Amino acid sequence: MKHDRYDVIVVGGGHAGCEAAHAVSRCGGTVALVTLDATKIGVMSCNPAIGGLGKGHLVREIDALDGVMARAGDYAGIQFRLLNASKGPAVQGPRIQADRARYLSAVQKMISTAPGLEVVDAEVFGLHLEGGKIAGVTLANDVVLYASAVILTTGTFLGGTIHIGDKVISSGRYGEAASNALAAQIGEIGLPLGRLKTGTPPRLRSSTVDWSDLETQDGDADPTMLSFISSGPEARQIRCGITHTNERTHEIIHSSLHRSALHSGQITGAGPRYCPSIEDKVTRFADKPSHQVFLEPEGLDSDLVYPNGISTSLPAEVQTAYVRSIAGLEHAEIVQPGYAIEYDFVDPRSLDPSLAVREIPGLYLAGQINGTTGYEEAAAQGLVAGLNAIRRVRFQDPMHFSRTTSYIGVLLDDLISRGVSEPYRMFTSRAEYRLSIRADNADQRLTEGGRDAGCVGDERWQAYSEKRRALDITTSALNDVSITAAALNAAGLNVAKDGPKRSGLEALAIEGATVDFLEDLGRLPLTQCATAAIRHQVERDAVYAPYLERQAKEIASLRRDEQTEIPGWVDYSRITGLSNELKEKLERIRPVNLYRANSIEGMTPSAMLLILAAVRHGQERLAG
Amino acid sequence: MTGPLPRNGRRLRSLTARGGEVVDQALVLTFAAGKSFTGENVVEFQCHGGISIVDRLLRELSEMDGLRLAQAGEFTRRALGNGRLDLAEVEGLASLVEAETEGQRKQAMRLFSGELGTLVQNWRQSLLEPVALIEATMDFVDEDVPVDVVPGVRSSIIKLLAELKFHADGAHVAERMMDGFEVAIIGAPNLGKSTLLNRIAGRDAAITSHHAGTTRDVIEVRMDLNGLPVTMLDTAGLREALDDVERLGIERGKSRATSADLRVHLCEAPGDTDVSEGDDDIVLLAKDDEGSFGTKSISGVTGHGVDRLIEDIAQRLAQRAGNAGVASRERHRRALVDAMSHLNCALQRLDAHDIRLDIVAEDLRSAGRSLDVLIGRIDVEDVLGVIFERFCIGK
Repeated sequence: MKHDRYDVIVVGGGHAGCEAAHAVSRCGGTVALVTLDATKIGVMSCNPAIGGLGKGHLVREIDALDGVMARAGDYAGIQFRLLNASKGPAVQGPRIQADRARYLSAVQKMISTAPGLEVVDAEVFGLHLEGGKIAGVTLANDVVLYASAVILTTGTFLGGTIHIGDKVISSGRYGEAASNALAAQIGEIGLPLGRLKTGTPPRLRSSTVDWSDLETQDGDADPTMLSFISSGPEARQIRCGITHTNERTHEIIHSSLHRSALHSGQITGAGPRYCPSIEDKVTRFADKPSHQVFLEPEGLDSDLVYPNGISTSLPAEVQTAYVRSIAGLEHAEIVQPGYAIEYDFVDPRSLDPSLAVREIPGLYLAGQINGTTGYEEAAAQGLVAGLNAIRRVRFQDPMHFSRTTSYIGVLLDDLISRGVSEPYRMFTSRAEYRLSIRADNADQRLTEGGRDAGCVGDERWQAYSEKRRALDITTSALNDVSITAAALNAAGLNVAKDGPKRSGLEALAIEGATVDFLEDLGRLPLTQCATAAIRHQVERDAVYAPYLERQAKEIASLRRDEQTEIPGWVDYSRITGLSNELKEKLERIRPVNLYRANSIEGMTPSAMLLILAAVRHGQERLAG
Repeated sequence: MTGPLPRNGRRLRSLTARGGEVVDQALVLTFAAGKSFTGENVVEFQCHGGISIVDRLLRELSEMDGLRLAQAGEFTRRALGNGRLDLAEVEGLASLVEAETEGQRKQAMRLFSGELGTLVQNWRQSLLEPVALIEATMDFVDEDVPVDVVPGVRSSIIKLLAELKFHADGAHVAERMMDGFEVAIIGAPNLGKSTLLNRIAGRDAAITSHHAGTTRDVIEVRMDLNGLPVTMLDTAGLREALDDVERLGIERGKSRATSADLRVHLCEAPGDTDVSEGDDDIVLLAKDDEGSFGTKSISGVTGHGVDRLIEDIAQRLAQRAGNAGVASRERHRRALVDAMSHLNCALQRLDAHDIRLDIVAEDLRSAGRSLDVLIGRIDVEDVLGVIFERFCIGK
């Protein structure tokens, strides 16, 4: 170790830890990334894919703030698909299949070349507190690393327990030890802990799969990259296989249910509804004779296949039996059995919107430790915690992410005001304003703020500035022309001849209208900067414009509530007219602003009025 | 006026002022938190009704520390704040207190007893179904969810639309039940419209004279017709106006008559009417003082046919009152109409060649928000709950 004092210490080298440490480095801070095994930095411990619906949105937002995940993903991508390509840009999400080895090497390279970032290969035994504040972490042999901000991104390693049938192993990830000492200390500090579970399928040897008769799924002919600054795939592209479970598979699983850790009562944590084990699928949807299984190759040079759709906690020999009952897998060899993992998480309602633990100044939590699931959700939190930790060290205000402008904001808000009852995964349906917060405009929403915060580097800033300029020029050219309804009608668009005149932008909202189309009409003086990508972007913005206006009012009122802070001196017990139940909840949650108060379960409009009145009254009294 | 509270809920007590003087003998009731109207601890004094007793009691009480007079509506506001009533119930309570007629009381009671809240819950539930179908195809592409959800979504929307329309239509009648039906008396000048109104009202509400064109504005008389609140309108006689003031009066009368719920046309000869008739309108021959035209005529002077007219009006309005919905305020109707317009937008988009499901989902969300105005909010967790119950998600 070269130093023992840093601006920020990040504990854990998963997706959250990497984004957190890299963000501190981008902002010019010094940071130690402490992990149990430095060679595992950049490991994808679950399926070999990144992005998707909601998740792809998060990846784009991380990228807009110059983060790690999208660029590493594009380097590793061996199949690129834009999900929901036919359903409207607001719900389109980019997704890739990744070559695990390439992903790991890309992340390792970005981490090892990040200025001010030092990787420390060690186990953290505890947090080092001074006067109730974070002062650093304690390693083995009582070595202390000092920092005034510490970010815990320990994933499933806190109190991790692996279940394979009736076998129980204390572990954070298959073959790796759990962090029990740290879990014990977090329990002692008094952070509210809960228990969750998740599972993985068995990994198969690719050369033992009979691919010849299987359905396949190709990537898109015109690949959509994860990062705004990637130009195209760098690795050879592959296809995935699709097969199905059958009645025989379900019989085998049914007859062994009593040996499943999930079904025998051995596991008590709550699992995700959207990622059920195969045991859950065959019992809860008993009338379905078959379930889809995607066979995802783990890499170009890898002989492993990830069978997505059959995660399990059955004993190894039952796994072999049911896998081999599936078409194409008759001779499949299981390299590593599937397992269920139970782990501790901290109730995220004990955090503030910067992901800082409210009771312990300087301590930040990010990733699965907050009850989320997924690489993307973890990475997004890591980024937020990293940015805010270095801001705290520099006495700057936290960076605010609103749910009206980003999925990151939705994620933070959901976690902090609602907590979790199952591993939290992002969906587009969680975002009320998803028509305006799209994967395609993440840079337009976030990059400028990121530049101000100091986390966006020159290369990206230059690329973004050029794009922004081209968008502005093209948009104003469209805004300046006025086209009669008769002309649009004559050109074959479905509008009434006697309708109002439209600007070029308004005309783009009509079904079938494109920038090219208007240019052909001879109405557009476009400059060279209106490339195909810029044209598409302007079209996407125009389609949603009428809806955005409608949402703008709602967003304005929500922002107003977000901006009305509830000061710490508000004494809920003294507000007459509030029910005892609400008083108790408000005292416990201590919402930072009116918006968060309003999202408390059981809140009523008149209770909101009482709180607002108390805030105003108190302010007047203080001023007077 | 201090001392232990009766533990058993009620007790007769002598109320003593601080000087020791007995103010009154009163029944003192206690209600525990959670069991009172407001949901809070409540003490109630039931004293004798004399004004001086009440005044003195209030004065004594308000001089005690920590006590003050309730503001107008404060008890109800606290009940709302403590979740004992929802917004529609509060509105029902307000109407109940204001109810003048039996019909109004019944209508208000439906609102107060939470009928609207239950309806809205059901509508939200039926909105959840199409929302979940659409969200499932968007958030869980590649999974085992139905691919073509459009027919299912469309039929759910159409069914909900029909129900909302029924209640939006009924809201008009229900609002009339609260605020009163309007019945306009119309006809050419000097046919005795004002005289008839005075006869019906039993008092001199409109100034009557023998000169044509005396009534230059709209005169209103509120009355209770068999439990229904009714406002009778006397409009200016319809003729070529001689001056601007009269022309204005005639215009105003015409428009009020058109928007009234029911019109009574007075004419000099059968078929002699000017304002276009509604289906249900009543046409009578005017000034038949002797009653020589029997049931088809009327006279405000002698009262011929007046009782029959009142009965006729009451009967026609009662028939309409039967269609009254529980949504009864303009606010309710507005919310229903908003929700319907969003649902219609969604339907139109589903008919388009290139269906933009993300925008359809937005329309449905907007419809939900409009209904929310009536009570609570649609939560994304509700939607996800429906998705996970119905479809096997997780590849």
